Amino acid sequence: MVFKRYVEVGRVVLINYGPDAGKLATIIDIVDQNKCLIDGPANLTGVTRQVIPYGRIALTDLTVKISRNARQKTLTAAWTEGDIQAKWDATSWAKKLASKKKRATLSDFDRFKVMVARKQKSSIIAKKMKELSA
Amino acid sequence: KMKKTTGEILDCVEIVEKNSRIVKNYGIWLRYSSRSGTHNMYREYRDLKLTGAVTQLYNEMAGRHRTRPRSIQIIRTATLEASDLKRVNGMQFAKKNVKFPLPHRVASAKRNMKALSSTTFTTQRPTTFLG
Repeated sequence: MVFKRYVEVGRVVLINYGPDAGKLATIIDIVDQNKCLIDGPANLTGVTRQVIPYGRIALTDLTVKISRNARQKTLTAAWTEGDIQAKWDATSWAKKLASKKKRATLSDFDRFKVMVARKQKSSIIAKKMKELSA
Repeated sequence: KMKKTTGEILDCVEIVEKNSRIVKNYGIWLRYSSRSGTHNMYREYRDLKLTGAVTQLYNEMAGRHRTRPRSIQIIRTATLEASDLKRVNGMQFAKKNVKFPLPHRVASAKRNMKALSSTTFTTQRPTTFLG
């Protein structure tokens, strides 16, 4: 069981709990075994510089090349250079979160459309399965 | 002898941290009375503010030694460089390029967070390895 996601300076994390839940941030320093210092950067993700316990964050696969205690300016530059927001939005994790969010805001008509689309999808699959098994 | 009864508190002021945006190492010298005597102690904490480190101190003393705040007197505090740290726990986080995984992530249903399982009974043990 090899570990691939580490708590380290530059690791991009997703905040799970608290007022900034659902937002991305980067670890800029480690306080101790229970908490770390994170920063958005605030102008890109809306998360201000703060201490947060590990129980409230989820580590992602993305990292940014910064040194400890990077200022917001250097952090923003590193984020845009690494194109982190685009990389994150392309991950299936981000897509699943987005689709869950969308589902929560559907109207009754939208849910009807989803039902029709699912029926169409399953009929295409059933037809194909019949062909393959024949 | 100086004690609360022989003295008078003139002012109580919060020490405002000069730079509360960086993590610092604090050494705190204290004197506390336990059930069988009073002792001196030196402890180290990593925190952004001195007031935060002192809060950690009181909580830790209560947890490890059952000392109530009334029995703790803080003699001296100091901000330390990483090379001056004496306790192993702080030293390991004050190093360059610290990195470690979070091996066993346990979700608990405390405070509206996701519980280990959405059902009361299940046949599968939960996944605690999240990379």
